[in-house]
Amino acid sequence: MDSLRFDRPKFRLAGDRGLLVEFGDAITPEINQSVRAMTFALETAAVPGVREVIPTYRSVVVVYDPLTTNPSLLSPLILSLHEGLARIDTPAPKESVIPVCYGGEYGPDIAFVAEHNHIGTDDVIRLHSEPSYPIYMLGFSPGFPFLGGLSEKLHTPRLTSPRMRVLAGSVGIANNQTGIYPIASPGGWQLIGRSPVRLFDPERPDPFLLRAGDTLRFEPITPDEYQRRAVGDEHD
Amino acid sequence: MTDIFNVLSPGAYTTVQDLGRFGWQPFGVPPSGMLDDFAGRIANMLVGNPDSAALLELTFSGPTLKILAPASIALTGADMPFSINGAPAAGWCAVPVQPGDTVTVGMARSGCRGYLAVSQGIDVPLVMGSRSCYVGAAIGGFNGRPLQAGDCLRRGPGEADYLARRVPAELVPAYPSEITLRAIPGPQDDFFDHGLDVFFNTSFTVSPQADRMGCRLQGSVISQIEAMPQSIISEPSLPGGVQIPQDGQPIILLSEQTVGGYTKIATVISSDIPRVAQALPGDRIRFERIDIDAAHAVYHRQTSLLERIRNEMKLSAAEQRIRRDRPDPVAVDWNSQVVVDKLIHCLYQT
Repeated sequence: MDSLRFDRPKFRLAGDRGLLVEFGDAITPEINQSVRAMTFALETAAVPGVREVIPTYRSVVVVYDPLTTNPSLLSPLILSLHEGLARIDTPAPKESVIPVCYGGEYGPDIAFVAEHNHIGTDDVIRLHSEPSYPIYMLGFSPGFPFLGGLSEKLHTPRLTSPRMRVLAGSVGIANNQTGIYPIASPGGWQLIGRSPVRLFDPERPDPFLLRAGDTLRFEPITPDEYQRRAVGDEHD
Repeated sequence: MTDIFNVLSPGAYTTVQDLGRFGWQPFGVPPSGMLDDFAGRIANMLVGNPDSAALLELTFSGPTLKILAPASIALTGADMPFSINGAPAAGWCAVPVQPGDTVTVGMARSGCRGYLAVSQGIDVPLVMGSRSCYVGAAIGGFNGRPLQAGDCLRRGPGEADYLARRVPAELVPAYPSEITLRAIPGPQDDFFDHGLDVFFNTSFTVSPQADRMGCRLQGSVISQIEAMPQSIISEPSLPGGVQIPQDGQPIILLSEQTVGGYTKIATVISSDIPRVAQALPGDRIRFERIDIDAAHAVYHRQTSLLERIRNEMKLSAAEQRIRRDRPDPVAVDWNSQVVVDKLIHCLYQT
């Protein structure tokens, strides 16, 4: 898989304000480590004219001010940072533990996921809450984590017809992906549980619980505990 | 804070916007903000606000508002019938209003989005550094949603200066139904060969599916090179990216989009996003290839044009202030050092 990592980053123009820098052509922890290190390096370097560095699975998007800089100035800088990338000491990933009440009214599709994979619902819970998932990027809706590392025994296609409304905190599976809905929205993922934790709250000083480059683990909780924590959450 | 507008009818889709919410795209929050920031910035300049003040973005048709406090307002962008207590009012200039006045903005005659600014700016809470409404996540703006009848909006503290600013007619943009958009090939132009010819050499029709997330076009099918994958690993989209989904019909992504997995054949330059904002369903769009250096030259020119408009407005306002100082305008001696000093003062004050 590592052969899919480029020796030299590939630059692509994303209009007159964006430069896309690709480190490989696959979703792998190694390629994403380059993304993480480059994001950290660019943020630390505080390059004049760089407004935003957006990390993705296998690339970063550098948003710049055309009055101050341009790709001819940015790309040599990025190439030189890339040469020293292996030596960059990126901060250790922080692991967030997300409590999830699996099944029942919280995860109406858990039986379907179990049946589709010829396993029991207990196995679904065990397999889903075992791994430490890398958070490759956030997007789609505020704070939505794109996670890697879902067990192959849990891969399940999307619903044939999406739900009009999926509640905030819902945990779902779509093909080889798993994720949590940070806000209520329409959605087609198979719902296996729900978390009382709010991934996104614009009123908090730090509105987001998760960050690209960190890791996440799911921890099974009982409906009683869900109720207790959800109520506590509302009283915050 | 002062109550300023009572919404009698909201118009088709009216939201509070400022220049946008920046720095949060790494967390999946798109910039939002005025789609036509050229017209929006000018509306703010006309009433003496900083460009970053919050205003109303009107779509297709405007609201009817009861005025609750003295203020100066200005309407720019789409050509929409604009009246105060039934008497026609001019767009692209500052208009004083009094409590009890009724301001009505009708259906767009050309262009799609109007910008209604009020002196001191619309006052709604800052959410993550911006007042822009992002309806998708129900944040910002007025309660995170488009205006409804019965809403009461406030403006910021302070008083209007009532200076008679106006935009010179030759600088007011026209919104033709045949639109040319300059676009830089990429980020995934290497996924296309013949498709690039179709993209740059045929014209497309704006479909009714056009909103702040994206503007869907209809026309000749743009196909990818067969050997290339149909989609890419999901990546962030920036405003202006032209996505080609499986059906080969382009979608110009706008300011409420975060992540996408379709290939983007080209990206509309930021100076031309206002033209996309003003496109109406049925309008015809052509894409013109431009390279990055030329695009940056356009960006510099656009920035200078805004500064020129800012200065011309200060000049027209300076004249007005001088006439207020002297009851008989004919008596103004344009060569007098006092007048020149006043003009220079007005020109350079912020």
